[in-house]
Amino acid sequence: MSVGTVEQRYETVVGLEVHVELATRSKMFCSCPTDFGAPPNTQVCPVCLGLPGALPVPNARAIEYALRAALALGCEIDRECRWDRKNYHYPDLPKGYQITQYARPLARHGTLRYAGGDGERSVRIRRLHMEEDTGKSTHEGMPGGTTGVDLNRAGVPLIEIVSEPDIRGPEDARLYLQSLRTVLLYTRVSDVKMEEGSLRCDANVSLRPVGTQAYGALVEVKNMNSFRSVQRALEYEVHRQAAALDAGERIVRETRHWDEKRGVTFPSRSKEEAHDYRYFPEPDLGPCALTEAYVEQVRASLPEAPGARQARYERLGLPAHDAGVLVADPALALYFDRMLAGGAAPREGASLLTVELLGRLNALGVTVGESGCRVQPEQLAALQELVASGVISGKIAKDVLDEMVAGGADPQAVVARRGLQQISDDGAIVDAVRSAIAVNPQSVADFRAGKKQALGFLVGQVMKATKGKANPAKVNEILARELG
Amino acid sequence: MGATIGEEQVRHVAALARLALPEADVSRYARELDRILEHVARLQAIDTADIPLTSNALVVAGVLRPDEARPGLSGEDAVRNAPAQHAGMYQVPRVLDGA
Amino acid sequence: MELYEWPAHRIHRGLVTGEVSAREVALATLDRIGQVESSVGAYLHLRPREDVLADADAVDAALRRGESLAAFGGVPVAIKDNMCCRLLPTTCASRILEGFHPPYDATAVTRLQGQRAVLLGNTNMDEFAMGSSTEHSAGGVTRNPWDLGRVPGGSSGGSAAAVAAGEAVVALGSDTGGSVRQPAAFCGVVGLKPTYGRVSRFGLVAFASSLDQIGPFGRDVRDVALLLGAVAGHDPADATSRPAEVPDFEAALVPDCRGLRLGVPREFLAAGVSPEVRAAIAAAVDLLVELGAEVQECSLPTVPYALDAYYVIAPAEASSNLARFEGVRFGRRAQGTSDYVEMFRRSRGEGFGPEVRRRIMLGTYALSAGYYDQYYGKAQQVRTLICREFEEALSGYAALVTPTAPSVAFGFAEKMDDPLQMYASDVCTVPINLAGLPAVSLPCGFSNGLPIGLQFIGRAFDEETILRLAYAYEQAADLRHRRPPIVAPRG
Ligand SMILES: [Mg+2]
Ligand SMILES: [Zn+2]
Repeated sequence: MSVGTVEQRYETVVGLEVHVELATRSKMFCSCPTDFGAPPNTQVCPVCLGLPGALPVPNARAIEYALRAALALGCEIDRECRWDRKNYHYPDLPKGYQITQYARPLARHGTLRYAGGDGERSVRIRRLHMEEDTGKSTHEGMPGGTTGVDLNRAGVPLIEIVSEPDIRGPEDARLYLQSLRTVLLYTRVSDVKMEEGSLRCDANVSLRPVGTQAYGALVEVKNMNSFRSVQRALEYEVHRQAAALDAGERIVRETRHWDEKRGVTFPSRSKEEAHDYRYFPEPDLGPCALTEAYVEQVRASLPEAPGARQARYERLGLPAHDAGVLVADPALALYFDRMLAGGAAPREGASLLTVELLGRLNALGVTVGESGCRVQPEQLAALQELVASGVISGKIAKDVLDEMVAGGADPQAVVARRGLQQISDDGAIVDAVRSAIAVNPQSVADFRAGKKQALGFLVGQVMKATKGKANPAKVNEILARELG
Repeated sequence: MGATIGEEQVRHVAALARLALPEADVSRYARELDRILEHVARLQAIDTADIPLTSNALVVAGVLRPDEARPGLSGEDAVRNAPAQHAGMYQVPRVLDGA
Repeated sequence: MELYEWPAHRIHRGLVTGEVSAREVALATLDRIGQVESSVGAYLHLRPREDVLADADAVDAALRRGESLAAFGGVPVAIKDNMCCRLLPTTCASRILEGFHPPYDATAVTRLQGQRAVLLGNTNMDEFAMGSSTEHSAGGVTRNPWDLGRVPGGSSGGSAAAVAAGEAVVALGSDTGGSVRQPAAFCGVVGLKPTYGRVSRFGLVAFASSLDQIGPFGRDVRDVALLLGAVAGHDPADATSRPAEVPDFEAALVPDCRGLRLGVPREFLAAGVSPEVRAAIAAAVDLLVELGAEVQECSLPTVPYALDAYYVIAPAEASSNLARFEGVRFGRRAQGTSDYVEMFRRSRGEGFGPEVRRRIMLGTYALSAGYYDQYYGKAQQVRTLICREFEEALSGYAALVTPTAPSVAFGFAEKMDDPLQMYASDVCTVPINLAGLPAVSLPCGFSNGLPIGLQFIGRAFDEETILRLAYAYEQAADLRHRRPPIVAPRG
């Protein structure tokens, strides 16, 4: 019988290898478009089909994007990084080798910091390198016993980001991945959609008895297609390995696939003998020659990192949670920054954005980054200012926002056209109060008889008569005086 | 100098290179490769301590192309030379999931 | 001189002056092909006669319209079967590329077509350019026009034989370890390997990417200089092509060697070089001195190891370059397999010939886990030493003078059973590919009626000096009018 939970007895050691598709217009080594979802083999040329005699020429923007990602992760850059060939045979690998970077990757020694389950986490990035994607195989629609190969994706630029084995469990792996995604979103080099395959993750998992230092046998887990499935797959794998170790078995070094439906990992049916990729320098390409000035120029163009942004928002008085909601979505954070520049008060502006505007946009199925959102951040800031300066009430502001979302109008224009300015003028309110008292003698009598709720009814009557524009504080004050 | 490559190794290399090698040819390949490798082993006599590798003598560094998308081959041209195709796909004997 | 024997520069003059028409020139060459091709076997694929004549007629029409004519406009040319061209199948003389019609053109071919050259067809070669005799071809043998019982050299044996026999005015070959220069020497024509990066490799089916260059064949040095100029220059589709200006190579052709210091590296005349070759080189050196050159013996001590380094590096790159031939997107596929691994293995096993299989095995082994440092790494370090020795020698000499091949053309099947013997015929050419330098071969004498090749090796991107030397030597030696006495077609 083993004592304690799996977590108490074993430490889980995880390293993640993440592949990210870069959002370039053309492929890594040829000019074919990278658009998703075209009919099979219509975005291909002799280069990405690996036809005889075709040669690769690297895409300048792909290198810039990879460099942005590397700098955002605090990596050291190898300005003379090189290309290598990784040799293996597979139907979706047209040349029989993948052009990648092996001995001299673009970047090494980075760090990713993020909020973990119990405090700040810091995971070292071992390396970040550039490579080309493979095509796709499918059985769908193919005659029995055959597979179809579509090479539209072959040659799309990728970066591979390899972490050190610093990740300490399934949940930590998910948090690492989500925070990596956020960093990459800020660099605007990829749309990083795990479900669409533009972010893909393989995990190396091993267990070791708590208190020991040696690494256990590595198991590679593949085919995890969402953040949730990464956590689930690793949870399954940790318990599988713990049970095996408890039973006195040895863990075999192997590659396993995650089956999302059954919720299990299973060993790959690979016919490949021990992998021997025979890496060697790509003779068709010279080394990169990135100048220091170029690297610094790219570094200077990077947007504020998510961690720094979170801290700045908190300094502005936003609660950590609210700041986190904004930071998690670069489009939202960017929008918020423009609201701040437009004069919005941080706390109130944030709530107007995340509660009121997002609520309305969600109902329309659009987000702030899209053209469907007709409210500009400067307009939302102006709306918040109208409330802050007492021109309209918070309640009226919601009506104004409805109209802004529908028609893209300026809040000042809506308020002026519909005459929604708050009435703080005593004379106008006194008139409305007196007429309410005159028309509702029963309520007045009830109030005088001690029924306090009758006052609320009278306030409501005054607000109704002023179409909601009367300053509610003033109404209460004057009503109390007139009844007094 | 003794044999550097044996029959087992010939089979392994052929498997890596995805080359069907008739069993009858294995020993001949082992002999031939062995002779070549024995000749090549003369390189070991040269002192190359601290000498860098030259993988391409006159290659140009830093050559790039702009990120401009251009149409490539038509779907028809893409599969025209394929030994087997179906619905615009290259058709191959079944590839198993997770293989 | 018969019309089919005219060099390209003579044809150009004839066309411009109206002395001949492009149709007459094309007909002369087509007739010559009709006479001797069955003996020589230079071609793998010939374009239909009417297509060839239509191209020639288009040149004549352009001339009538008063359009200017490029150097190779209306000149019948042949290309090696490893350069992609939409007008022809491209098979690399391999079963595995049976029926492959490239949907694109090699840049060198595009440039020739841009000049309105009249493309005749593509020429025989050793399969995937792996060989020195053109015997390793799935398309049959090519015979040496000087002696039909001997090989034309290789791997560009078909191109060399076609030019020698008058079946093409000029031709393109490719040179990875001597595949232009050695057949040029064997067939008594001029052949040049440009500096690595001088000519685009786009569309040239790769054998060893860091060594391959497309090179010109011609019956005289001027044609070779002109053809180099026609295909040279930067190509954005080849990241290893040099964005250097292309000089006017014809302007470099000066008939003397005054002021040029030449080195004769003794390692290229070591044991293994036949006495008649040695004698011819010695005589050539004397003539160069007469022409004003200063000649000294020199040494490149690591060069004797070049062949060993080459036979690791070239197969290593080839094993990777030839991985794409697995019967998925093009080429031959083995029938009756139910799993893709078996399909790959059998398609490749059946499609590649014995020499290609041997080199794929050798290269795969040299790169495999545990052997990389011992073979590939070591060979590339030795390559560094060889590069340095050439650089040092060429800092003192304008060019180096050596034989092109250690012997004259050998007989069929003489070296087929022994790969090492076959490889040894590249001993004088391989070192230059490792260093990426330019070199030219031209005839410098005969032994029993068989041509002997003289090689000039130049500095990187200085083809001009070696062309000048070759031209001066050619003019003085006056061997270029000697043409092969092709005996009547066999039986
Ligand atoms: Mg990778
Ligand atoms: Zn492409």
